[in-house]
Amino acid sequence: MAKAILPPTDPGRARGFATFEEPGPPLLVDEAGRPDYAAIRDSADFRELRRRTAVFVLPATLGFLAWYLGYVALSAYLPEFMGAKVYGMINVGMVFGLLQFVTTIGLTLLYSRYARRRLDPQVAAVRALTAEERA
Amino acid sequence: MTGGNTAINLGVFAVFVLITLFVVYKVGSRNASASDYYAAGSSFTGAQNGIALSGDFLSAASFLGISGSIAVNGYDGFLYSIGWVVSWLMGLMIIAERLRNTGRFTLGDVLAFRMRQRPVRAAAANVTLVISLFYMIAQMAGAGALMALLLDVHTKGGQAVVIAVVGIVMVMYVLVGGMKGTTWVQIIKAVLLILCVTLMTVFLLGKFGFSLSAILETATRNTPLGPELLEPGVRYGESALSRLDFISLALALVLGTASLPHVLMRFYTVPNAREARRSVVWATWMMATFYLCTLVIGFGALALVGSETIQDAPGGENSAAPLLAFRVGGAVLLGIVCAVAFATILAVVAGLTLTASASFAHDVYANVIKRGAADPRSEVRVARLTAVAVGLLAIAGGIAANGQNVAFLVALAFALAASANLSTIIYSMFWKRFNTNGTLWAIYGGLGSCVVLIAFSPAVSGARTSILPDVDFAWFPLGNPGLVSIPFSFLCGWLGTLLSKETADPAKQAEMEVRSLTGIGSGLR
Repeated sequence: MAKAILPPTDPGRARGFATFEEPGPPLLVDEAGRPDYAAIRDSADFRELRRRTAVFVLPATLGFLAWYLGYVALSAYLPEFMGAKVYGMINVGMVFGLLQFVTTIGLTLLYSRYARRRLDPQVAAVRALTAEERA
Repeated sequence: MTGGNTAINLGVFAVFVLITLFVVYKVGSRNASASDYYAAGSSFTGAQNGIALSGDFLSAASFLGISGSIAVNGYDGFLYSIGWVVSWLMGLMIIAERLRNTGRFTLGDVLAFRMRQRPVRAAAANVTLVISLFYMIAQMAGAGALMALLLDVHTKGGQAVVIAVVGIVMVMYVLVGGMKGTTWVQIIKAVLLILCVTLMTVFLLGKFGFSLSAILETATRNTPLGPELLEPGVRYGESALSRLDFISLALALVLGTASLPHVLMRFYTVPNAREARRSVVWATWMMATFYLCTLVIGFGALALVGSETIQDAPGGENSAAPLLAFRVGGAVLLGIVCAVAFATILAVVAGLTLTASASFAHDVYANVIKRGAADPRSEVRVARLTAVAVGLLAIAGGIAANGQNVAFLVALAFALAASANLSTIIYSMFWKRFNTNGTLWAIYGGLGSCVVLIAFSPAVSGARTSILPDVDFAWFPLGNPGLVSIPFSFLCGWLGTLLSKETADPAKQAEMEVRSLTGIGSGLR
């Protein structure tokens, strides 16, 4: 995906042709062309990627674990509450159980949308700091 | 089984084996490279791998066991299945993408990334082999029990032959097809399984006017439990200890799934982190559909067949789904359901064999014995030999465990994965100071505490249902060690790191941190 938006950079072919591209920022690679990981880690782009990941993943993970373990604990320790009828033969426990399916699917879709919109472009930005895509 | 037709059952099953063997033969390559054998050349799409993931994960225990457990224990059986759906969130948000970016073939690749190679790889391989063998023996013993149920094979000798046949077919899948062939077996099996349960569910719902409440109502009239069936506590509510035991099990299920070695290894069959993420999304959809269907099938079996017939049938609660199939579709549907259940066992053990052989060949042979300088061709040869050895071990173990109550081995495998693998994966990705010593402490602490606690638990001795009911050396009251062993493993990793003078390699740490999030340096796009 990031590959598609990069300008052609084959040096042999580009030489001699005038381009209007701004020269990119210096690549974070060492003399042998290997990525300089410490420099990448300290770059603003990578720190932003790390922040965006943490902002979603940390609360989401703690949230779903709490909701699931809470549900299990409720079933184990408050069976009367979970057995209360809601509609027909369907009780609170059954509704909460089905809600676990709903929240799992919901969170899965939410994360994959977040990753597509907020993480993937940032990964591409970090990857553009190295010669990775052009090799 | 009552009214079952052995010829039809065997026929449908033979057709499945022939078709899958043909597919495996077609896609397998004779001169497989290490990448072909271990990771199918990373050539599968997210959707394909997602379906295969669910195929690897849905064992016969989930199909027959969960629908039966719902039929007998009602709500508590349903509760059990939810953990397996929710657990995929862990795989989605924390494990899948980072694992794909960091490693190549095995869990050892990730754990040893910034540590001293040999001890860590040896430890990772030990855990993988132990988990795979336990899980496999439970599945093989299950195959024996299933045969008693489905094919009317009641002699120990006959069941031993069945177990041996399962073992031989699974080794053939792995030897001929490598990861590519095995993945296709998983895809075929997962599609068959999901189709089968979905059709049964739609049929059942139709029969009851598309009202879940009506099914539940009829079900409660066909069980001695009455309306209590739908309330928590039938299975796990007896005492404070059994409640705690259930919480322990739930913890192991939700944390263990995404750390099972054969699940982890699937993430290497896709080309990049985005496809790895997509595969978990697919797997989650498959799981959610499957377990919603087992809910309807379990209560439907109760409504149409009744709890007395189910518990009196050979195989007890495991026979709920097959009995229901016979009731609604006659001998043909019964044959199909039996064949699907059997295919399920076959596919799961094949996936486990491949994982165990990859771990031994790639981690132990190539990196510990040959110190990373193994010729790739000989590495694949070692992997194939290991697959044969693992197959033989599993056949022997399955025959020995046949007839024993080995269901706890499955729970143990989840607890092991959650204690030995999860703590080390999380520490090595998120804790800068984590070092070799900490890794070894966490792995062996988790592995050791799990095995010791289970050995001295009621699952092994002292209770009516244990393997050794006549002696009592149990001092650990819970059947599931997760509640203790998972925190213990995290504690070990922390202590082991602090107590060692070795400092983490900062360059390697930076590399792993960058690589796990972006894939830079992995050659992936």
